[in-house]
Amino acid sequence: MNTNIYRHELHIRWKSVFTWSVALAFLIVFFFSIFPAFAKDADLLNQMMAKFPPEMKAAFGLDSMDMSTVLGFFSLIFLFVQLCLSIQAGNYGFGLVSVEEAELTADFLLTRPVSRWGILTSKLLAVLTSMIVTDLVVWASTFLAILLFNDGRAYEISPLLLLLVSILPFQLFFLSVGLVVSLLVKRIRSVTPYSLGLGFGAYVLSAFSGVFGEAKLELITPFKHFDAAAIVQNQAFDTPLVLLNVAVTLISVAASYWLYKRRDIHAVS
Amino acid sequence: MSIIEVEKLTKYYGKSRGIVDVSFAEEEGEIFGFIGPNGAGKSTTIRLLLSLIHPTSGSARIFGKDVTTHGPEIRRDIGYLPSEVFYYEGMRVIDLLKYSASFFDRDCTQRMKELSDLMELELNRRISDLSYGNKKKVGIVQGLLHSPKLLFLDEPTSGLDPLMQRKFFDLIREENRRGVTVFFSSHILGEVQRLCTRVAIIREGRIVEVSNIRTLQQNNYKKISVTAEGLGNSFVQIPGASNLQTENGTVNFFFKGDINTVLQRLNGVQVTDVTIEEPTLEEIFMHYYE
Repeated sequence: MNTNIYRHELHIRWKSVFTWSVALAFLIVFFFSIFPAFAKDADLLNQMMAKFPPEMKAAFGLDSMDMSTVLGFFSLIFLFVQLCLSIQAGNYGFGLVSVEEAELTADFLLTRPVSRWGILTSKLLAVLTSMIVTDLVVWASTFLAILLFNDGRAYEISPLLLLLVSILPFQLFFLSVGLVVSLLVKRIRSVTPYSLGLGFGAYVLSAFSGVFGEAKLELITPFKHFDAAAIVQNQAFDTPLVLLNVAVTLISVAASYWLYKRRDIHAVS
Repeated sequence: MSIIEVEKLTKYYGKSRGIVDVSFAEEEGEIFGFIGPNGAGKSTTIRLLLSLIHPTSGSARIFGKDVTTHGPEIRRDIGYLPSEVFYYEGMRVIDLLKYSASFFDRDCTQRMKELSDLMELELNRRISDLSYGNKKKVGIVQGLLHSPKLLFLDEPTSGLDPLMQRKFFDLIREENRRGVTVFFSSHILGEVQRLCTRVAIIREGRIVEVSNIRTLQQNNYKKISVTAEGLGNSFVQIPGASNLQTENGTVNFFFKGDINTVLQRLNGVQVTDVTIEEPTLEEIFMHYYE
């Protein structure tokens, strides 16, 4: 771990962290502020929802959510929060080392007297810090939103905490998968298409798995590993899926170290 | 002691050739020239020595340590000036230099200031606002500020105006006098000739010659030019003469062999002017590339 690289990485990413955090805070608070209106007409809403085609409800995870409860409503918001977080984490993962190679600053960094292991560790810790900052903002805005707009309705704290705790492993999955993919390909010119692809791809897989009732897809998408509606309903994680998620993350990180140590940094042209 | 020892170093990028069986050694305190045209494998060799890329086979040692296993340790005492410099665009020059200095366990402030003054570098400007030549200056300061023992210069003069080039060469000579070993890669032979004591010539990924610059010039052709009347093509008959060209009564040719045969031939002729020169490295070089 090199503190100078760590600081440098934090510095170049803080604007992005700030933007994502503010956007997520607004998303959570504003979205949840309409909960009282929703809850008031909950019966009407549930009647209307009953008429939606089941496939569509499944795609949005609405089939198992009761929108008239605090957590039911929140788990719908949480899906969007997850989508944002997956893209943010994917951005950081795909860009962690590839940006330096695309902008050709890798030559500078790798000719300093530091090991590749030290570089990757410092970068990962810096990104971890960035994501935790985002998480703290998400946590705070969640509590704030619920405190302000719970409409006097009771809710249980433990499933809510489970949801919030799930954020970090959820992000780490996209970070590490993004990183390992960026090291498997020769060059990434632009990070965003990759992170959008991974984020939306994982989301769509999860949505489709609802539509077709297909169980297999659950295995590969974190949107299923940490399915908000299911967590709220069961008040627990689906342990095997969570373990699978963590395993994929660990394998990706290990593979990334292995690949990065052996990587050829090509010259301009 | 050899500072750089390279043994049968080979690098393939997939199927395409980088370098093949490159071997040479650079002694402490030398300015070692590494010349060859673009694409010959100069940068590949330097990148291997800096462990930016990994060898397909063969080995290289710097300061007696293997570059693939002791990279970070070796790089503590290495300065590198790439042919094209790229730095974090959003940073200011001073921040970049400080960031670079922060990797070394010594105080570089004094040296950083000296070098920036010498190179007339404006420290408060953003990297993104700098011209190519100015970025190059940042590269020079960055490569030298930690007082390295070994300097890698990869086509260092591109983008520098002649005045800066001269300053830069003086700087390199100065560093060399203080004991810094220099590895100087270039395709411009004039500058190698001015600076280096020994050269390696690389062609299509292979070393074709490693030798002293003097011997390289001496063991080679002489460049002879004779101006005289009625000379005709009689010189063609001298064994060892080649590339004969006649222009306005002046005969130019390359000659390899006993110089006395030429002098004897000239003896009976009314000569206006004669020059016998060492060929430039450029001309020798062309010979290797024929």
